Amino acid sequence: MTEVLIDLVLLGMLAMTALRVIFLKDLFAVVMLFSIFSFVSALIFINLDAVDVAFTEAAVGAGISTVLMLGTIALTGRTEKKNSHSSILHLVVVCVTGAALIYGTMDMPPFGNADNPIHQHVAPRYIEDSPKEVGLPNIVTSVLASYRGFDTLGETVVVFAAMIGVLSLLGTARPTNKRATPESGLAKHRVLHVVAKIIIPFIILFALYVQFHGDYGPGGGFQAGVIAAAALILYALVFGASFAHRIVSPRQLEVFAPLGVLLYASVGLVGMIKGANFLDYNVLASTAAAGQHYGIIIIELGVGLTVFAAMLGLFYAFSNQVERSNVQ
Amino acid sequence: MSILDYFSAILLAGGVFFSFTGAIGLFRFPDFFTRVHAASVTDTIGVILIIAGLLLQTSFDLNIIKLLLILAILLLTSPTASHALAKSARHGGLLTLAESNRSNDR
Repeated sequence: MTEVLIDLVLLGMLAMTALRVIFLKDLFAVVMLFSIFSFVSALIFINLDAVDVAFTEAAVGAGISTVLMLGTIALTGRTEKKNSHSSILHLVVVCVTGAALIYGTMDMPPFGNADNPIHQHVAPRYIEDSPKEVGLPNIVTSVLASYRGFDTLGETVVVFAAMIGVLSLLGTARPTNKRATPESGLAKHRVLHVVAKIIIPFIILFALYVQFHGDYGPGGGFQAGVIAAAALILYALVFGASFAHRIVSPRQLEVFAPLGVLLYASVGLVGMIKGANFLDYNVLASTAAAGQHYGIIIIELGVGLTVFAAMLGLFYAFSNQVERSNVQ
Repeated sequence: MSILDYFSAILLAGGVFFSFTGAIGLFRFPDFFTRVHAASVTDTIGVILIIAGLLLQTSFDLNIIKLLLILAILLLTSPTASHALAKSARHGGLLTLAESNRSNDR
């Protein structure tokens, strides 16, 4: 009962946030509302016991994408363009589509029913057999990295492709001037400097924990890559991009991103060389469980590398573009 | 209910009270800086009281350390966020209520 009540309150907040996003013209406020939207949906995911998804939503939706959208606003301007032509037709199309979708949900099985196909098909097998077959306490990681390893490879490639797309639009970050001083960042924000210096090591430590503890608790390569990128983005925001470039240069990121994908795919190839299917980890070590463990750790590392490089690369591209437009 | 439960309930109620007043202040206060002030009350005293109340509810285990870590992180980051918000508003040229009244009087 309490859970249903919490769900309803959260869904109400979600709907209100979405409505405000539609009607607001100030894009800065819209970005902030998007961040709130992500946080509220993360809370809903937690209430549904989907901690891994909530983790990703909070890190990516509320964290990184907010920063990237702010970067976009810095480039494009803060207010929405006035829409001059009438939108009756659009309204009709949207209403018809929405009605069709709602009509489509009529045939859906009732929410949360134990007899639903999704609970009868592969889920029982994962729950019953994955401790024997994969041997990880976190079934989500077993499904993501082992049973659905091919899908996850696809997702990693999508992240990589997104990075390529944005970089080819915005251009890679140029080497910045080496003579930059701390004054180039938010020089007057002494408090921010101190707090950022205290917090950044812990963020990186947490990212490593999430990366390597993903087999046992919520987490994994996606979340860890985003959190590590967030640490460096914080550093770049507070101290200036040229300082962040000295730690991880854009050139290095262009190596890391494909390296992660290659690492992932090469695990699959090693499996093929040893005579099994692509991305079959059972043959990687003497026993199947150990092979699964090695395979999952390595592919999670690949995912983490690619996601980290892609997120930070996107941020570098945006900040570089903003700096260039400020100079002109 | 043991005596710890009563203490915990009092602390939690205090935390809820301060969070609630912070939320009201966020809506009802007249200008930006007073609103940030009200919101930061939620971040500090509200969080301290709620986590102190939760600490009394746990037995002595890992949860205590987790709660203390959450408290430490929140106490470090939330006031910083409020500070950065107010400072950047100041940097952007926003005047406090008193200052804008004074400039109107002239």
